[in-house]
Amino acid sequence: MPEATAPAPGKKPIVPFLALPSDPGEKPYLTGSRCTNCGASYLGTRMACSKCFSTEAMEPVKLSDRGELHVFSIVHQSAPGVPTPYVAAIVDLPEGVSVRCNIAGVGADPKDLKFGMPVQMVTEAIRKDRDGNDVIAFSFKPV
Amino acid sequence: MREVAVVGVAMIKFGRYPEKTVPELAGQAALLALKDAGMDMKDIELLASGNLYQSNAMVGQRILQTIGQTGIPVINVANACATGSTAFREAYFAVASGAYDTAIAIGSEQMGKMGLLGAGGGGGSDPAYSTEGVLGSGLMPAVFGMAGVEHMRKYGTTAEQFAKVSVKNHKHSMHNPYSQYQTEVGLEDVMNARVVSWPNTLYMCCPTGDGAAAAVLCSMEKARQYTTKPIRVGASVLTSDPWTQRDLTMPDINTLTRNASREAYETAGLGPEDIDLIELHDCFATAELLHYENLGICGEGEAGRMIDEGATYVGGKIPVNASGGLLSKGHPLGATGVANVCEVVWHLRGEAGNRQVEGAKVGLAHVIGLGSACTIQILEKV
Repeated sequence: MPEATAPAPGKKPIVPFLALPSDPGEKPYLTGSRCTNCGASYLGTRMACSKCFSTEAMEPVKLSDRGELHVFSIVHQSAPGVPTPYVAAIVDLPEGVSVRCNIAGVGADPKDLKFGMPVQMVTEAIRKDRDGNDVIAFSFKPV
Repeated sequence: MREVAVVGVAMIKFGRYPEKTVPELAGQAALLALKDAGMDMKDIELLASGNLYQSNAMVGQRILQTIGQTGIPVINVANACATGSTAFREAYFAVASGAYDTAIAIGSEQMGKMGLLGAGGGGGSDPAYSTEGVLGSGLMPAVFGMAGVEHMRKYGTTAEQFAKVSVKNHKHSMHNPYSQYQTEVGLEDVMNARVVSWPNTLYMCCPTGDGAAAAVLCSMEKARQYTTKPIRVGASVLTSDPWTQRDLTMPDINTLTRNASREAYETAGLGPEDIDLIELHDCFATAELLHYENLGICGEGEAGRMIDEGATYVGGKIPVNASGGLLSKGHPLGATGVANVCEVVWHLRGEAGNRQVEGAKVGLAHVIGLGSACTIQILEKV
């Protein structure tokens, strides 16, 4: 039983770099940071730039929800409890950031995937956590 | 820095030894290597012990408690799959620096049938936040599958060309009594085996297992006291992953290997054309082809053609993984990097039996650990 003072269950992102705006009119998006010295961009927040080593403050970036499929693998054997097969992939976003993700809405077959194909981010509640919150995950699907 | 020689090597057959402890496996290899060097524990001034899965449990000291407590300094090393090779490098620098005249590197691991590396990781304390299978995959079969697919994208390399690596390395393993598996497989067998993470099928993934290997190092000036066939360490290089565009999302196994090979060739004063045999990190068949280019034994995009032409078979232009590679020989993580050194040393001494690379004078041992670490040792017949 949750304690009486615990907040009401809500939605929580599976990773800190997935933003879930409280305004229902605003779509979830990925967050990143850009080095103000060299322009290198990263998923999530950082202490310093690993490209140019600048320790100046990073500029927060709202990342695009569209990108291109860089590469993929069709996973047929995974950790216990992980359903297979599925398409594991790397998607490149226009900001120069790459994202590890599943590709949804396609068959688990190399023939269904094309290098450079345009994809768009979608989100869904995948599980409940121990406090009863919906855990929200993202994936990319062909546009 | 002074010249260092490898004067003794040994490994135990990789496999499954549930009835043994890690110090027992490692101790066996260490005693055999000492015997090979004509030494005993009292001749050894430093131990570098590589073991990953018991890295918080003082494996090096427990080995000495098994084979001889001489009170020498012990360094316990963990560096993912490059654990054993990093231990070798620690032993090398201990002697090269002049601080010690002798050192032993021992690599050991007991993995049992633990299944996929890193399986189920992530998510903190609440498994609801586990990202495996939700946000792609961080497991090694998928990581190396995608690395191979990137090569397909760049150069048109085919799944069949990657599968040929498995055929070659399994064929080589038939002549290696230390190999965990000694089973020949045909191209159809490999292609039709169940897919683990496309394009890698079952036979294109290294097995888990148990094993140990050891190497005794000594200053070159004293080496001839112990052996008539000292093997010089021409270079011992360790790199980590530098910044590249996708590395933090998709581990870049290429750049740090290229950096390591460049430094190793420079240090040894050699080029890839001078290398007679290579033991490289074929944790998955896809990885091997990428490393042909990373180690400079062929040009960019030519690795697929190289395996088509059979250039990396024993008897070919530049034999790769004469031991059977990780795909057949096995990959007990901490032992792997030292076992690669054993294999190269045996060839340089002319002691590799039916898999001998004839006339081998210079060999290269390469290991990559994801996260990432890359080691390259260049070994030379004196």
